[in-house]
Amino acid sequence: MAECGGVDSNPSSHTMDKSITLPPDEIFRNLENAKRFAIDIGGSLTKLAYYSTVQHKVAKVRSFDHTAKEAASDKLYEISVQEEVTARLHFIKFENAYIETCLDFIKDHLVNTDTKVIKATGGGAHKFKELIERKLGLKVDKEDEMTCLIKGCNFVLKNIPHEAFVYAKHADSEFRFQTTNPDIFPYLLVNIGSGVSIVKVESEDKFERIGGSSIGGGTFWGLGALLTKTKRFDELLQLASKGQHTSVDMLVKDIYGGSYGYLGLTGDLIASSFGKSATADKEFSKEDMAKSLLHMISNDIGQLACLYAKLHNLSRVYFGGFFIRGHPVTMHTITYSINFFTKGEVQALFLRHEGYLGAIGAFLKGAEEDNPNQYSWGENYAGSSGLMSVSPDMNPMQRARSGTFDMLEMDRLERQLMNLPLLQDPSSYIPDTVDLTEDALAREYWLDCFEEALDGVVKRAVASQPDMPEAALRAEKFRQKYRHKLQTLRNQPFAYGSLTVRSLLDTREHCLNEFNFPDPYSKIKQRENDVALKYYQKAVKSLEELSWEERQFALVRGVLAGNVFDWGAKAVSDVLESDPEFGFEQAKRQLEERPWLVDSYDQWLERLKGPPHKCALFFVDNSGVDIILGVMPFVRELLSRGTEVVLASNSGPALNDVTNGELQILTERIAAMDPVIQASLSEDRLTLVQSGSSSPCLDLSRLDKVLAMVARERQTDLVIIEGMGRAIHTNYYAMLSCESLKMAVIKNSWLADRLGGKLFSVVFKYEVPAGKPGQDSAALTPS
Amino acid sequence: MKLITEKKPAFPWFGMDIGGTLVKLVYFEPVDITAEEEQEEVENLKSIRRYLTSNVAYGKTGVRDVHLELRNLTMCGRTGNLHFIRFPTQAMPRFIQMGRDKNFSSLHTTLCATGGGAYKFENDFRTMADLELLKLDELDCLIRGLLFVDRVGFNGHPECYYFQNPSDTQSCVKKPCTLDNPFPMLLVNIGSGVSILAVYSENNYKRVTGTSLGGGTFLGLCCLLTGCETFEEALEMASKGDSTNVDKLVKDIYGGDYERFGLQGSAVASSFGHMMSKEKRDSISKEDLARATLVTITNNIGSIARMCAVNEKIERVVFVGNFLRINTVSTKLLAYAMDFWSKGQLRALFLEHEGYFGAVGALMELLKTTEDP
Repeated sequence: MAECGGVDSNPSSHTMDKSITLPPDEIFRNLENAKRFAIDIGGSLTKLAYYSTVQHKVAKVRSFDHTAKEAASDKLYEISVQEEVTARLHFIKFENAYIETCLDFIKDHLVNTDTKVIKATGGGAHKFKELIERKLGLKVDKEDEMTCLIKGCNFVLKNIPHEAFVYAKHADSEFRFQTTNPDIFPYLLVNIGSGVSIVKVESEDKFERIGGSSIGGGTFWGLGALLTKTKRFDELLQLASKGQHTSVDMLVKDIYGGSYGYLGLTGDLIASSFGKSATADKEFSKEDMAKSLLHMISNDIGQLACLYAKLHNLSRVYFGGFFIRGHPVTMHTITYSINFFTKGEVQALFLRHEGYLGAIGAFLKGAEEDNPNQYSWGENYAGSSGLMSVSPDMNPMQRARSGTFDMLEMDRLERQLMNLPLLQDPSSYIPDTVDLTEDALAREYWLDCFEEALDGVVKRAVASQPDMPEAALRAEKFRQKYRHKLQTLRNQPFAYGSLTVRSLLDTREHCLNEFNFPDPYSKIKQRENDVALKYYQKAVKSLEELSWEERQFALVRGVLAGNVFDWGAKAVSDVLESDPEFGFEQAKRQLEERPWLVDSYDQWLERLKGPPHKCALFFVDNSGVDIILGVMPFVRELLSRGTEVVLASNSGPALNDVTNGELQILTERIAAMDPVIQASLSEDRLTLVQSGSSSPCLDLSRLDKVLAMVARERQTDLVIIEGMGRAIHTNYYAMLSCESLKMAVIKNSWLADRLGGKLFSVVFKYEVPAGKPGQDSAALTPS
Repeated sequence: MKLITEKKPAFPWFGMDIGGTLVKLVYFEPVDITAEEEQEEVENLKSIRRYLTSNVAYGKTGVRDVHLELRNLTMCGRTGNLHFIRFPTQAMPRFIQMGRDKNFSSLHTTLCATGGGAYKFENDFRTMADLELLKLDELDCLIRGLLFVDRVGFNGHPECYYFQNPSDTQSCVKKPCTLDNPFPMLLVNIGSGVSILAVYSENNYKRVTGTSLGGGTFLGLCCLLTGCETFEEALEMASKGDSTNVDKLVKDIYGGDYERFGLQGSAVASSFGHMMSKEKRDSISKEDLARATLVTITNNIGSIARMCAVNEKIERVVFVGNFLRINTVSTKLLAYAMDFWSKGQLRALFLEHEGYFGAVGALMELLKTTEDP
């Protein structure tokens, strides 16, 4: 654990405490293990990057040796909490004024000293070179600014879903996040610093500055300062947002008296920027001149960007640089300009972590030997500040960000992630069913829902670590952190990209991990698994007694009833906690009678009468009754039909979802009782893979590479997705190129209401891809 | 003889282009007036002719560009001199007033006008001076006028010119040339704002794009930054200034060339970039500011024009418009920019009658309309 006790006694931290609103130990986290520093010093902001390792607890399961006599425990497996070291990237952004205090702080806390070099980029790097070398004793190694920018840009586009967004000032949600296109190249990056650079990026290493302009942020600032006697860039933008450009600019209607109809130029179009100021006998307000200048520069840059985009036939154009950096005013005028000049054919795209690109790139340059690009990385919601709301209309004072620090943390994922090859169109795939950023009603409900559930989560977290007296304190810290995140999301739903039920769940998992609650449900899962296993043989036997057609229906009902057992759903956890006798049979009775809310069972049954599937990929959900009594018999039937089955479960824990580690033990135990499973395992017709995820939801565009490979190799022609998190909150509308089956019970009354059903309504969605039968899956079908 | 005169429009022959900043007026002064004609000529027609041809300045702000006069020109079967006159659009009400005072409407001539002002002031002409304007599209007029003037030449010399060795300030010289085979051409008209046209023939052209950063922006910003009042004053100051005191160059940032991207140290990285610093703002001269404004606007137009030329696959770029009047700083800069950034692929061409083609085109429309009834 990071011992932060030394902070208060440190003399330098006192000076920091005065100027910085966040406690420094929260800012420069994991500094004691930090290595590989990079720094990007811009005109006003410094971005510091370091690579560090985080030691945190992970829950592991280990099978008891059941053959040994001394294994007296009736438990299936033991749970142990182990320390694990993972890699994390830290990025911190602060005003240049704090450089010296920050460097002092780093120096005092940097235990690991085998780092000799700090990579530096940005216009201010040379200015602070001497200071950095003296304070940290590291050699400053300068890296090319543009190269760093592009490297950083590639990195965030690849690793952070919802990195890019379209800005729409007057829309319900200002930020419209883009779906992650697995193929990020080629694109155009328009970097608006003091000047403008237009760079065409074709691959990881291939990029070219195809053009630029000297009319950029420096022109706005410099000319603006001359015209308005206002010194600061932010103040100039503030002025501009209040001004009226029409008193300074000559419009088409000023020349024509109206529109220039013949060319389709509207009267409000600017014919000549500052065209009305060519007169000595008029005074112009600062606001109006600033606004006119802003329009002039934004339009000019937009026009050039469009000309270059057209020449190089590029439709993805990202804008960055200090002129843009989160300023709604400039994002709006640039967007307007791009729309005007391309008639909507090209969209202006902005990046959530635009300010960090240089620092990320510089860091990557220095870390090439670690091959950071070989890994997949994920934004850690617990440790990242998220996008600020900076709309000057909403809160003019919020722009004055002095004294605040902005952070981004990225975890190195153990597994490399990629698309499920069975997605019909990876570039248009959106995992989430409802975008809470745009749906205010739904947003309010879910934020309330997660807030209300917080007490229970805290209670369970404490209960999961009975031997640790300080667990209560950590759980309390978790509560504060997550409540604060929820508060942030209430005000800035766009802080981490599109707000979704998935992102709310994932944020909670990240926060739990942050405070060393790696698996609050481990004991509950263990108990449930133990109980359920005892009924496995009985359940299978009773199914075998049924006729074929009765059995198919019973199997589906079994999966659905099993899915009712879900501690993650509020309504269910209430019942389960108050009534432990709530059994499998009772669950079946709870289920809605057919016809279900979504019911394509008849088509499914028809399909089953046909030839067996080649291979089914099954994304499983919960531990206990769900996996053992619901899913396994269903899988067993598929195997008996001659269909290979790949069971995909979470890599890490999330709620009571069965993890890959647990499922391996469970499967072994079932195999010991069931020759069908035993044979399938040994013949490699039943395979367990991990999803690469630790989320109760499922993003089919970020799956373990091995899973994707197995799915392809096995010529998967059926994908089964089970549970509310994976089949309703996410993937409800996912289009696959093969047959798919989505099964879930709606265990949330609000959601049921929304979908037109009621509590315990059933979704049974069997889909065959549209188009000519077999065409889409031609590549997957053996000829 | 009588038949022909009947087909010709009545004198006086005017063509007018009312822009955002300047009104351009061309006046055809017939020199082949017969004694009979002279006798029939009404008094106010004579007085208009005398007033226009015997003065070089009209009121406080009207100017006749004597050096541009096209002499012994034959138009519509008549020989005469074509005079080029300009005055600020702000003086338009006074001009209309004068039209009324001189009883212009009694002359039964058609007043052909183009430019935005033809629309904006149409009603004023009608109500104040009892004059009906024949409104013409400015781009049609521009192209027609340009092709005509190029065809008839500039008193025996070519109308068109370019700069030889544009990349070398020492040996850069103005060279006359002809637009024998003018199509396709990219026509960049720099008035208050800028219009860029791709012209494939006299009647086949499209407006590719435009920018609001034009002559009006140069003058407007100069007035705000230096307190100057006229284009001439602004240019005079600009000719004495040094823009590198105002602009941040590549070498100011990188200490030299930015080799990774092949940018020369002397290239402007950020227009007005030095002005972000208070000390530099406090020490800067008006001349430097005027020069920087001129260079910024000119380079930007050059940059957009060049991109359009590449996108439209046109190698000949013709720059016109009154922004280029007495403005060799800009013409040379444009010539340099076209040559340098296109590695010699593009050639910048200029025309002596810079801003008057719209007005000439309007006059030609007058002669055309009355020719074919």
